[in-house]
Amino acid sequence: MSNYIKLIALGLVTFFAMLGTNFARDLAYQVHAFIVMAVAGGLFLYTLRQTDEPQKAEPKHEYFDSVVRAGVIATMFWGIVGFLVGTFIAFQLAFPALNFDWAEGLANFGRLRPLHTSAVIFAFGGNALIATSFYVVQRTSAARLWGGNLGWFVFWGYQLFIVLAATGYLLGGTQSKEYAEPEWYVDLWLTVVWVAYLATYLGTIVKRREPHIYVANWFYLGFIVTVAMLHLVNNLTIPVSIWGSKSVIVWSGVQDAMVQWWYGHNAVGFFLTAGFLGMMYYFVPKQAGRPVYSYKLSIIHFWALIFLYIWAGPHHLHYTALPDWASTLGMVFSIVLWMPSWGGMINGLMTLQGAWDKLRTDPVLRMMVLALGFYAMSTFEGPMMSIRAVNALSHYTDWTIGHVHSGALGWNGMITFGAMYYLVPVLWKRERLYSLSLVSWHFWLATIGIVLYAASMWVTGIMEGLMWREVDANGFLVNSFADTVAAKFPMYVVRGLGGVMFLLGALIMVFNLWMTVRKAPAKDAQLSVAVPAE
Amino acid sequence: MSIIDKHKILEKNATLLLIFSFLVVTIGGLVQITPLFYLENTIEKVEGMRPYTPLEMAGREVYIREGCYTCHSQMIRPLRDEVERYGHYSLAAESMYDHPHQWGSKRTGPDLARVGGRYSDEWHVDHLRDPQSVVPESVMPKYGFLEDKRIDGRYIGDLLATNAMVGVPYTQAMIDDAQRDFRAQADPDSDYDGLLERYGEDINVRNFDGQPGVSEMDALVAYLQMLGTLVDFSTFTPDASR
Repeated sequence: MSNYIKLIALGLVTFFAMLGTNFARDLAYQVHAFIVMAVAGGLFLYTLRQTDEPQKAEPKHEYFDSVVRAGVIATMFWGIVGFLVGTFIAFQLAFPALNFDWAEGLANFGRLRPLHTSAVIFAFGGNALIATSFYVVQRTSAARLWGGNLGWFVFWGYQLFIVLAATGYLLGGTQSKEYAEPEWYVDLWLTVVWVAYLATYLGTIVKRREPHIYVANWFYLGFIVTVAMLHLVNNLTIPVSIWGSKSVIVWSGVQDAMVQWWYGHNAVGFFLTAGFLGMMYYFVPKQAGRPVYSYKLSIIHFWALIFLYIWAGPHHLHYTALPDWASTLGMVFSIVLWMPSWGGMINGLMTLQGAWDKLRTDPVLRMMVLALGFYAMSTFEGPMMSIRAVNALSHYTDWTIGHVHSGALGWNGMITFGAMYYLVPVLWKRERLYSLSLVSWHFWLATIGIVLYAASMWVTGIMEGLMWREVDANGFLVNSFADTVAAKFPMYVVRGLGGVMFLLGALIMVFNLWMTVRKAPAKDAQLSVAVPAE
Repeated sequence: MSIIDKHKILEKNATLLLIFSFLVVTIGGLVQITPLFYLENTIEKVEGMRPYTPLEMAGREVYIREGCYTCHSQMIRPLRDEVERYGHYSLAAESMYDHPHQWGSKRTGPDLARVGGRYSDEWHVDHLRDPQSVVPESVMPKYGFLEDKRIDGRYIGDLLATNAMVGVPYTQAMIDDAQRDFRAQADPDSDYDGLLERYGEDINVRNFDGQPGVSEMDALVAYLQMLGTLVDFSTFTPDASR
């Protein structure tokens, strides 16, 4: 019966997507309608072939790990794509000739930069979060993922969202809201997928066989709920036509700027912090073989973190047309936020109590500890940059870019790599990783890459901030804007090289994990009947 | 540690945990965002502000589509060097019709909030075609392809109508005549009285790219040339208390 409903729905979607392809007002919409038509049409045929065939019963007593395996692969794939585009646009800024003449309308910096940010945050980070959260919630709840194939819907639905967003940027479908660039129909689709994600996640917690909800799940849940709220409010748009990608946001000017940075900063706060802390709270104790350092600290820092973070947005708008009281409020809360951030860092690091010696022998654990180190560094740097006087210098400069990357590459990247190194042998039932020395290579390449990146951006950022404001004895500006651009060239090259090293490290990881699956000795088949808590 | 002990209630009930987390994360946004719809200095109207003409609106669409905001801000801060370099600091009212705003967050290139009227149309066209030909240090990509993209303003009326829906004061006449106004602004030989009557006497009516017909280059230059020119700061003094 459900197959017939599916067939009708897919048929209708295919039909409307055909109409969309035909009546499209712009290229982005036309290509998207075509993609949707192909996907829905393909699924229609697939469903048709399955109808009235005997169905395989869902194995009730095993973890739903196939979707986690797919998530691990997707994380690595999109990670490489995101790092590659990032490295390329870093060199575009050093050598503008890389904005190739033949690709002017497709691959100029302005179109590739949103592609890079979305690819690393939402494609790499998002897939890492979905995959690890599905893994963690099953283990800590001692229950199979709720909702049967809903888990697959979340996974593939999310990939479709990524493809639509990425092709949209290249073809010019963007609403220009940073980190929320996809147009209205892509936003609607993401909403559907996100509701399914929340349902799957919450459903699994509800049917758990452990009395307590493990701390990692609080963070994942907080991340899922808050991102839903941010996404809906920041993307309240009215489409100009149902046959076009263009839409008009209901907010304007100062209100829109405030909503945008309330969203933008909490994409950092909840997507890149709360979600990844969930990851940290499971994989660090696992890899270290020690329980979480302090239960009380985790309670206090969880509630303090989610309450305070949401206030921090207006520190992006110091000295703008936003009223001073609002940006001051943002600044104060950003500084207070330093405490719960370091609470999480301390809780993670101190988990190694009694296991510090493992840092000598286990490069995976070393990676996770380095992630916590970068987390500590960037959650100190952030509050400092939110101070009005510092911000007057740092805002609009490369310092911000450096700050973001020490957080994104150092914290999000490293903790994800650590989790991937932990997950692959478990998920593919291997005894160990293919090569620990390759993990060490990855560790050092990535670390040196991040240091080059962050250091060069500190130098350019502070330099250009100072050059912009320099006045001579008569009160005239000393530097033209073009002077400051020229002065940044050497650091832009260093930054690009840092990116190359980070990318190289990630490629080594992919090779190592591939070989782990192919070559590492298999682990004896475990008893997978009981769905134990792990 | 009685409060910490009470946390067990939340820890054992997924629904409660969900609801409680959601309530906790709503507070900050409510406090910071809601007042902006009521406070005088965020909703004041300043003389001179008008909605974009259809051609400028089309140029703004190009600006958004090409991701110009990733490198150019449109928000001058009240700091000595910025006022010196770019002009009077930006007012909230100056972006009141911007759905969405284009304040930006990064200055890989200079601020554009008051770029209107600073350079000639020819300079803009040369610069967009090949930025390094006029500013050798520039790292900006080339946008010559905009000249080749003809546009006819077929859907510009719909865009104006949607903007009117969210509060931009476009009249029915502006929406109905959008396509005519769109063409008229780029053609000084046309009858553009209606355009001036609807949007004001100060509208730039020129062949912005120097080529016959309307291209995306015309639209983008028309947009750039009006940025920051609407409020006359020789007669208007903003209230300093913000």
